[in-house]
Amino acid sequence: MSDHLAHVADASAAPAVRQAGTHDSRTAGVLTMTLRIVLCFVFGLPLVFMIVSSFKPDTQIFADLGGPAAFLPVGDLTMANYRGVFDRVPFATFLMNSVIISVLTVVLGIIVNSMAAFALSRLHFSGQKLVLGVILATLIVPFETLALPLLWWCNQLPWIDENGLSFSGWLDTYQVQIVPFVANAFSIFLYYQYFDSIPKELDEAATVDGAGWFRIYRSVVMPLAGPATATVAILTFLPAWNSYLWPLMAVQSETLRPAMVGIDYFKQLNVSWGQIMAYASIITVPVLALFVAFQRSFINSIASSGVKG
Amino acid sequence: MLAPAGILMVTFLLIPIALTFVLAFTNARLISPEPARFVGLDNFARLFDSSTFWSSLRNTIIFAVVIVPCQSAFALLLAILVNAKMRGVNFFRTVYFLPVVTSMVVVSMLWMFMYQPNGLVNVTLAKVGIAGPDWLGDPKTALFALIVMSAWQAVGFHMVIWLSGLQTIPGDLYEAASLDGANPWQQFAHVTWPGLRQTRTFILITITIAAFSLFTQVNIMTQGGPLDSTSTVVFMAVRTGFQQQQTGYAAAISLVFFVLVLAVNLVQRFLTRDKDPRK
Repeated sequence: MSDHLAHVADASAAPAVRQAGTHDSRTAGVLTMTLRIVLCFVFGLPLVFMIVSSFKPDTQIFADLGGPAAFLPVGDLTMANYRGVFDRVPFATFLMNSVIISVLTVVLGIIVNSMAAFALSRLHFSGQKLVLGVILATLIVPFETLALPLLWWCNQLPWIDENGLSFSGWLDTYQVQIVPFVANAFSIFLYYQYFDSIPKELDEAATVDGAGWFRIYRSVVMPLAGPATATVAILTFLPAWNSYLWPLMAVQSETLRPAMVGIDYFKQLNVSWGQIMAYASIITVPVLALFVAFQRSFINSIASSGVKG
Repeated sequence: MLAPAGILMVTFLLIPIALTFVLAFTNARLISPEPARFVGLDNFARLFDSSTFWSSLRNTIIFAVVIVPCQSAFALLLAILVNAKMRGVNFFRTVYFLPVVTSMVVVSMLWMFMYQPNGLVNVTLAKVGIAGPDWLGDPKTALFALIVMSAWQAVGFHMVIWLSGLQTIPGDLYEAASLDGANPWQQFAHVTWPGLRQTRTFILITITIAAFSLFTQVNIMTQGGPLDSTSTVVFMAVRTGFQQQQTGYAAAISLVFFVLVLAVNLVQRFLTRDKDPRK
């Protein structure tokens, strides 16, 4: 599976629009090209509008709406919206929280899920098939069905802090935003498939050299699993960075809230659209830039999620 | 080595699934000094009596029924457009995919502005002489407005899935078909469409689950209104379970939702099952 998917981002040899040839096919070529360009505007312009508007005062945004100026950095440009965002809300804290939560979820997810996949692919124990079956079966449960019972459950969980065991529940903490999302059935499945494609002879050679299971995992299998790790990292990072429903419910303190929930709260302060666009741009542009830079891995990761059905 | 993932999955996935079934029959509250009490089918009786529940269910189903075929067809069109062998095709793929990497929260804010009575959509429509409605403020157009912006955000994701399906179809099949004189439409009907059978099932199931889980857009853009015209099952569950802290009642809603998703999923799997025993 990963073989053909690895090439999705490459131009393919499949049904190409015939470029040369009859008059008909040339017309078809021009038409499809026009369609492609029109669609670029459909998908790209709202985002361009967001970024451009973040540099304009509200009066300028509304004055520009009627024409192409809405999408161009012209007129009265200012950084006031950006300064406003930092003045109105503890934006740096929101942003820092988002970074902490997504990075920890990704790093812990890579460790925990790859270890589980290694056990399922390399160690032999009874009930292995059953465990894998249960993991795969949980893939069809949407998080939204569990969110409310999970919220109640997290409020009952104990935690160990500097004062010893605490029974005040997990709501309004960092861990409630991270720990429930570390183990992930789909990440385990991706690693499992990848590990299965790594020749077992490599383990045997390492065993002969006296390596234990953990050494094999750390020094043989994981270094070869780079592409799987990239995919898991991307597929864990996006939902963690973008998560909204869960932090909205589980976290009330301004000091612990991530940026996505912050923008909603920001909106309720009845601020200007220019400031909302500035806020939206700051939390979006870094991810868009990452995407454009690693476009190939992103698209391959998404494509590989298509095999889970 | 399985233990960390195992413990986490049991704690945060299997136990909450089991809890849904238990809490739905209790009067549990999110924060309450008193222990939860078993109340039988009370939550369900109350739920089936609630007009908000029926409108939420209806909206969720309408949303799914419209968006599943439209979005998958549109995604397939995009995939075919960017499956060409030509320079710059990666540029188009990247642009069509940009909304997918943008969070739904940001997309909702952006479209909320575009849908304003004097916003980008209506100003543009006015140029061609159409007086646009107050998209999100009118019960007749609000759900439709959500459908359009949701498809805009997610279609690139399914484009990529279709694309990976398209690329598993061997190029010689198309060559053979065109030697036999098949026109592009016949090639699509007899080579492309049958070749996408597995991809089709996957797309159908993922779009359906995503459609049923509709929440973020509603919470940010309309708060379920106007007149419950955009309330959804998940939105209702969050409102009762979180804002009103009635965990038991919310668990009943979640349970109904879970059964619904599971039933639709099984029906879809049955309808798209592999009918060819040789495979």
